[in-house]
Amino acid sequence: MSILILAEHDNASINAATLNTVACAQQIGGDITLLVAGADCGAAAEQAAKINGVAKVLVADNAAYAHQLAENVSLLMAEVAKDYGYVLAAATTTGKNILPRVAALLDVAQISDVTGVVSADTFKHPIYAGNMIETVQSADAIKVLTVRGTAFDAVAAEGGSASVESLSAVHDAGISSFVGEELAVSDRPELTAASIVISGGRGMQNGENFALLESVADKLGAAVGASRAAVDAGFVPNDMQVGQTGKIVAPNLYIAVGISGAIQHLAGMKDSKVIVAINKDEDAPIFQVADYGLVADLFEAVPELNNAL
Amino acid sequence: MKVLVAVKRVADYNVKVRPKADGTGADLNNVKMAINPFCEIAVEEAVRLKEKGIATEVVAVSIGDKACQEQIRTALALGADRGIHVESSETLQPLAIAKLLKAVVDKEQPELVLMGKQAIDGDNNQTGQMLGALANMPQGTFASEVNIADGKVAVTREIDGGLQTLSLTLPAIVTTDLRLNEPRYAKLPNIMKAKKKPLDVLTPEELAVDVAPRLTTVKVEPPAERAAGIKVESVAELVDKLKNEAKVI
Ligand SMILES: Cc1cc2nc3c(=O)[nH]c(=O)nc-3n(C[C@H](O)[C@H](O)[C@H](O)COP(=O)(O)OP(=O)(O)OC[C@H]3O[C@@H](n4cnc5c(N)ncnc54)[C@H](O)[C@@H]3O)c2cc1C
Ligand SMILES: Nc1ncnc2c1ncn2[C@@H]1O[C@H](COP(=O)(O)O)[C@@H](O)[C@H]1O
Repeated sequence: MSILILAEHDNASINAATLNTVACAQQIGGDITLLVAGADCGAAAEQAAKINGVAKVLVADNAAYAHQLAENVSLLMAEVAKDYGYVLAAATTTGKNILPRVAALLDVAQISDVTGVVSADTFKHPIYAGNMIETVQSADAIKVLTVRGTAFDAVAAEGGSASVESLSAVHDAGISSFVGEELAVSDRPELTAASIVISGGRGMQNGENFALLESVADKLGAAVGASRAAVDAGFVPNDMQVGQTGKIVAPNLYIAVGISGAIQHLAGMKDSKVIVAINKDEDAPIFQVADYGLVADLFEAVPELNNAL
Repeated sequence: MKVLVAVKRVADYNVKVRPKADGTGADLNNVKMAINPFCEIAVEEAVRLKEKGIATEVVAVSIGDKACQEQIRTALALGADRGIHVESSETLQPLAIAKLLKAVVDKEQPELVLMGKQAIDGDNNQTGQMLGALANMPQGTFASEVNIADGKVAVTREIDGGLQTLSLTLPAIVTTDLRLNEPRYAKLPNIMKAKKKPLDVLTPEELAVDVAPRLTTVKVEPPAERAAGIKVESVAELVDKLKNEAKVI
C-alpha cells in the first residue's frame, strides 16, 4: 500500500520532523510519496526528493499554500490522498492542525501521536498524558496517522532520488488568511531535535535567571526548555514548553531544574535516555523518574555545574 | 452573535489514571471527573465575549452519557446561557463527535464555536479541526488570543516556532491553548442559578448521525517503567556520573 506524507517545511527547507515520519512509514512498508505544499517552495521540494526512502515528491506551488493554511492544504491533500492507503504527518503543530481536517474530508478516523507500528492496520499511541499506551486497530480504507518523532529514528536527509511531479490543482477555500508571525530565533539546537535539553521551571523565579541555564546549554550544545508554569508566568515564550500539551522531547540527556515533575510535564520528557533533576525539595516527584537526582538550591548548583563543565 | 462551546467530561487532571487490570481501557472507577481544562478555557472565553457585549448567547454542548450533564451545569454556572446534551452511552471517537457537533451547528447556526485544543483523556487534538472540515468553517487552533472585529476573527496561535496570527471569516472554530485566559471559579449563587437554566437533550438518532467507531481498542497497557535512579551528593559527583557512567556529556 502506498503512503502519502505531508512534508513539513518553510518553503526553503524541510523540517527534521519529516524524517522521523518517513521512518514510521518505512516500518509500515510501501511506496512513500511526500507532498510539498507551499509557495516558491522549489528548494524544499528539491530537499524532499533527496530524503532516503522517498519514491516520489508531489509539489503544489501556489500562493494559496504559502503559509500552509489548514483550510487550503487539507482540501488539496484529501484530493491527492484518495489514491493512497495511508496519510501521515508529523505530530507537530502543523501536522496536528492539518491532518484531522484531511481525515474528516476522507470520512476516516485519525490516530494521533503514533509511537509504534504493530501491523498494517494496528498502531500504538499514548493516551492520558502517557500514563497508558493504547493499541488500536483501524477499519478504515485510508489510515490517517500523526507520528510522534521521538519514537522513530530519523532517516537520512540525503541519499534518495525521488521523482518530482507538480500538481496544478489550486484549492483556496477563501475563508482564512495569514496575518503575521513571531518566530523564535535561536542559535541553539531545536528543542525536539537536540541531544541534550536543559529545562527550567517555576523555581527559576524569572526570565533573567534562565541565563543560568543558557550558559550551561551553550557549553553542552543543548536546547533550553521549560515547564508550563515557567511559560505561564511569562519567564520564557510558549514554544519552550515541554509536556503533554507542549513539545515532546526524548534527548540523550534531560536536565530538569526547579521543576516539580507534574504528570503533564513528565509526559513530555520521560522517554529521555538519561534524566537529571535538580530541585531543593527532596520529595519532588521529578526524582521518581530521575536517573541522577541532586537535592540542592538551583542558584548554587547550576553555576557550580557551569564551572565544572 | 451566538457562541457554541463544546465541553467534554474527563478524569480530573490531578488524577493519575491507570489501565484496567484486563487491559480493555482506562480504569475510571471512583475517579473524580471534571470539565476538560481546555474546555474550561473555552467557556471562559465565551463568557468574556458575552461580558464585552460581543456574544449575545452562549450555548454549552456536551456529548456522552447522562453524567456529562454535570459538566454542562458547570458551564452554565460559569456563565453559559443554555445547554445541549447529546446523549449516548457508546464509545464515541473524534470523527463521530465532530459529526454530532456538525449537526448541532446546523441546528443552532452559531457564528463562533469555541472548543479545547485537546481532551486530556485521549489526547487526540482532532475534534475541532474535523468539525472545521465537515462544516466548511475556518479554524484557529491552539489559540492564545482571540479578537473579533468587522465580521472576522483574528486568532493568535501557539505554534512550534512561536506565535502565528490568522484572520478567519465567521462563522469560525477556535480551539483554545493554555495561555488564552485564566478561567474563573463558579460562585455558589451561580451554581444554584445554573440548575434552572434550560438544558435540551438530543440523541445521535435524532441528529441522524452514524457514530459507529472506526477504531477498535486492542489493548491498553502501562508505559515502560524507568529503572530507579540514585541521588548524588554534589555537583562534582553528578558531572562524574554523567561523564563516566552514563557517558552523555
Ligand atoms: C491541561 C493541562 C495541561 C498541562 N500541560 C503541561 C505541559 O505541557 N507541560 C508542563 O510542564 N506542565 C503542564 N501542565 C501544568 C502541570 O500540571 C504543572 O502545574 C507544571 O508542570 C508545574 O511546573 P513547575 O514544575 O515548573 O512548577 P512547580 O510545580 O511550582 O514546581 C517548582 C519546583 O521548583 C522547585 N524549586 C523552587 N525553588 C528552587 C530553588 N531555588 N532551587 C531548586 N529547586 C527549586 C520546587 O521545589 C518545586 O518542586 C498542564 C496542566 C494542565 C491542567
Ligand atoms: N464528548 C464530547 N463532548 C463535547 N465536546 C467534545 C467531546 N469530545 C471532544 N470535544 C471537544 O473537542 C475538543 C478536542 O478534543 P479531542 O479531539 O478529543 O482531543 C475538546 O476540548 C472539546 O471541546
